[in-house]
Order: sequence, then structure tokens, then C-alpha cells
Amino acid sequence: MTSLPSQPSAKKLGLVIDLDTCVGCHACAVSCKEWNTGGHAAPLTDLNPYGKDPDGVWFNRIHTYEVSQPELGPTAGQTVHLPRSCLHCETPDCVTVCPTGASYKRAEDGIVLIDEDKCIGCKLCSWACGYGAREYDQDAGVMKKCTLCVDRIYNENLKEEERQPSCVSTCPAGARHFGDLGDENSDVSKLVAERNGFDLMPELGYQPTNKYLPPRPKSGPSSSYRPLNIDREETIDSRFLKWVDRLFSR
Amino acid sequence: MHPALSVILFTTASGTGYGLLILLMMLNLNGLLPTDSTLGIAGFAVGLTLVTAGLLASTFHLGHPERAWRAMSQWRTSWLSREGVAAIATYPLVLMFATGWVIVGSTSGGWSLAGSLAILLAAITISATGMIYASLKTIPQWHNPLTVVNYLVLALAGGAVWLTCIGQLAGIETNLLALLTLLLLPISWALKYSYWTLVDKVPSQYDIGSATGLGGLGDVTLLEPPHTEPNFVQKEMGFTIARRHAKKLRRTAVIFAFILPTVLMVGVLLTSGGVATFLSMLAVLSISGGLLTERWLFFAEAVHVSMLFYGTPKA
Repeated sequence: MTSLPSQPSAKKLGLVIDLDTCVGCHACAVSCKEWNTGGHAAPLTDLNPYGKDPDGVWFNRIHTYEVSQPELGPTAGQTVHLPRSCLHCETPDCVTVCPTGASYKRAEDGIVLIDEDKCIGCKLCSWACGYGAREYDQDAGVMKKCTLCVDRIYNENLKEEERQPSCVSTCPAGARHFGDLGDENSDVSKLVAERNGFDLMPELGYQPTNKYLPPRPKSGPSSSYRPLNIDREETIDSRFLKWVDRLFSR
Repeated sequence: MHPALSVILFTTASGTGYGLLILLMMLNLNGLLPTDSTLGIAGFAVGLTLVTAGLLASTFHLGHPERAWRAMSQWRTSWLSREGVAAIATYPLVLMFATGWVIVGSTSGGWSLAGSLAILLAAITISATGMIYASLKTIPQWHNPLTVVNYLVLALAGGAVWLTCIGQLAGIETNLLALLTLLLLPISWALKYSYWTLVDKVPSQYDIGSATGLGGLGDVTLLEPPHTEPNFVQKEMGFTIARRHAKKLRRTAVIFAFILPTVLMVGVLLTSGGVATFLSMLAVLSISGGLLTERWLFFAEAVHVSMLFYGTPKA
């Protein structure tokens, strides 16, 4: 049933991603691809992977943004890496627009999943997602998306410390955290409260479960720092050399 | 948004088909069209063929067309599902009314009830098609009431042109049909014009700063995309058309969907016999091309908010 659970789930499993710590190494995306191409939504098909115009399904994409503050000077600002994947929203339209019941949100833990046997590949769910989180598998003819590693987090064949999403356990910077955001006292909830965690594109009203922690304020450019000046005209002091320069510039 | 041919064919063909069937049945029930068997056979055949061709075209873009029947199940929440249910439910009612008209030669009593219900369901189907798009918050240009109104009115205008042509070919008096078409064409033109005006003015509620949540820290620009080749999301949602092309195409759509059919319909009114029939056929060709252009633009001009993550500043 593509109706959302009648009651919001008490348990809201999700990710907290620290944009201050993320170094943009793409390790989470690679390990996601590696686990999930053999996991619940397997395979994550690649088309023409080593040829021209490679194309393939990934659940996790890492964007890098430049945030500049021109009013504070030409060098003020910072680089922010932003991993983007399904946010397992509380009220997502990707679930309700599904005409077949393939797309669903679990009442027990809030994870949004796709029943691939029911999916007709109409792609409407990907249109309804504002976060570009769903990727169509052209080869399988069905939509695919992040499963929050549902096949790891409850997997009793794995050691307890491994029972978390692949992206979280692989992050070398410790920028990704997994837990129950429905529980105020969980480590992730405390982290969100402490660091003012925020939602991506809250105006959509989908109420994402995953939260992002903002980059910490930077100290700003030091006053002694001056941008490197490579303009030739200004670096030539001698009149003679300037004359030579003009002569040869003709 | 990527303008997929299957979806363009589906919305224009089935829209026109339902529009034609609605007008055929409605005018007959109000005593404005004769229960003429040639008109009945031609009208229902063409209308149902357009509807069916459109619905079949819509399955071409599916990954698993053999599972399309599953799309009937989620009518509680999904406009796509509602559209499917209404489309299928329209068939038996139209066929029943057509049976009364063509075989029994009567459209009154029980037959008229079937006809009225068929009209209602056909209108619901067109509206549901519009709602599939209008309900998407992620595409601000579509997320307004004019989307559905446009789907309805354009379906009726297209249907009216086709019905006039069918009337001509069936040899019935078509002055009323031509006049009705001349009423519907300017209305649909005006509404399409308001849609375009609205689309051009849709306030940019979403921007890269709010999408990434980094807007409070400064001006956000994309430094490095996540991948070097376009992925599904960019191919499906990232189609953009240059503004100047859009302008030219809007003009093309206006000429072929509204102006030419209007002129040709006046011609149908003023002439008779073979000339009028020929002019009405030209009008069908013209509005079909115009509506295909209009629908292509409907998709091509729509900007999806997920593109903000890929560096589009506003959506």
C-alpha cells in the first residue's frame, strides 16, 4: 500500500551527516555501491562502465559546493562537501504517487523501500522526490534507491558493530552517523540538538528524517594574507624592463 | 523535464479522444447532434481509437509494461492510479452508450444514464492526467490549478476540431460544431496564455541555498559535481530548453493549435461540400501538430528542484 503509515513511526532510523567533517573522499558512495550491488536492491547496474558515456545506479552522490562571502573579501568562504542520498522522509510524495504499491514506508522503523516485483518502472516516484534520491535501473526496468542498508542493520550474521549502513561504517572521517532519530535520547538526536542539525529543502514539506550538521564557523582569512598576484605589469619594477616588455608585446 | 515522446503522445491523443467523446455524447444528449448511425460509428471509433492509442503509448515508457495492471491498485493516494482506474471505467460506459446509439438507435432512458456517467468519467480521466503533473511540488511550474484546467480545455478544443471533421465526413450539418470549436479555441488559447504567463512569473521559492541548507553561510555555487557523466536524475529531470527556443516554440504552438484551426473553422462555416470537409481535415492536422508542440513545451519548460543540487541557482 502506498498510503503512508497511519501513525508516524516511533522509531525513525536515519543518518546524520556532518558537513564540517566530511572531506569529500567519496568513500561512502563507493562502499554503498559495493555493498548494495550485492544486497537488497542488487544489482546496481552499470551500463558501459569502462567505455564512453558510462551510466549506472548509485544511491549516494557527493556534491562539492563553494560557499563564498563576497562582502567579507574575495577569499572569504569555504568548500563544503555534501553527500546526497535518500532522506527517508516522514511524509514523502515518492511513496504516495506510486500507482502500484511498490514504493512504501515501513511503519516499524520509517525506512522507505521499493518492492521491485511490483514496480512497473513508470519513474513517477523519481519525479516526486525533490532530492534526486531515486535512480532508475534501465536494465532491470525498475526504480532503485537507498535501503538504509536494511540488509545490514538487522543482519544477525554480521558482528554487532557492523550492523550499520555501509556508508557509515566506511567513512574514514567519522562524518556519518546512524541511529534512531525518533528517540530524543539517542546519540544521533543529541548530536542534532547540539550542533543545530538541519533539513535539506524543508520548504517541500516532506520532513526528511536524515539531518545534516552545518560546517562550524571558520576563522576567516588572516589580515596578513594577500592573494597571489600574477599580473606581469605590476611585478616589473625596472623602467628598462618595462620598455623591453612593451617592445616585445607589440 | 525530459519530454518523453510516449508521454506526449499519451496525453495529447487520449486527451483529444476523451474530449471528442465528451462532446459527441453531451451534444447528442442535449439534442444538438442527431442519433445518426454513421456519425455514431465514426465518432465512437475515432474517439476510442485515440484514447486507446494514447493509453497504449503511455505504457511504452514503462520498465515493465506487463505489470501495468498493478497501477489500478493505489487509487487512494496516487493520481496516476486514479487516472488508470477512471480510464478503464470509462470504456464499458462509452461502449454501452455507443451500442444504444449505433445498434439500437436510441440514446434516451437507460442509454442516456450510461452516456452521462461516461461523460463524467471521461472528464475525471482528463483531470486526473492533469493532476499527475499538478500534484508534484517538485516542479513549481506544474504545481498550480491552471495545469488541470489547461488539460481539460485543450482536450475539449482538440476534440471539437476532430468532431467537426467527423461530422463533415459523416455528412451531417456541422455549423453548430464549428461554432462550438470557435468558442473553445480562444478560451483554450487564453488559458494557455495565462499558464505561460504564470510559468514565467512562478516565484523562485527554491534555490541552491535552501536545497543544500548552506544559504545562510554565503553564496552557494557548485564546485564539483558528484560524477563526470550525467546520471538518470540529470537525464530525466535536467532537460532544459533555451528561453529563445521556448519563445519560438510557443509561437509555433499558438499558430498551429489556435490561430490556424480558428481560421480554418471560419472557412468551414463559410464554405460547403468538399471544400468545407477539406478545411476541417486541415484543422485536425494543424491542431494535432500544435498540441504536440504545446505538450512538448509543457515538459521541456518545467524545471525540477533536484537540479538545484547540480548547480541550477533557482527552480
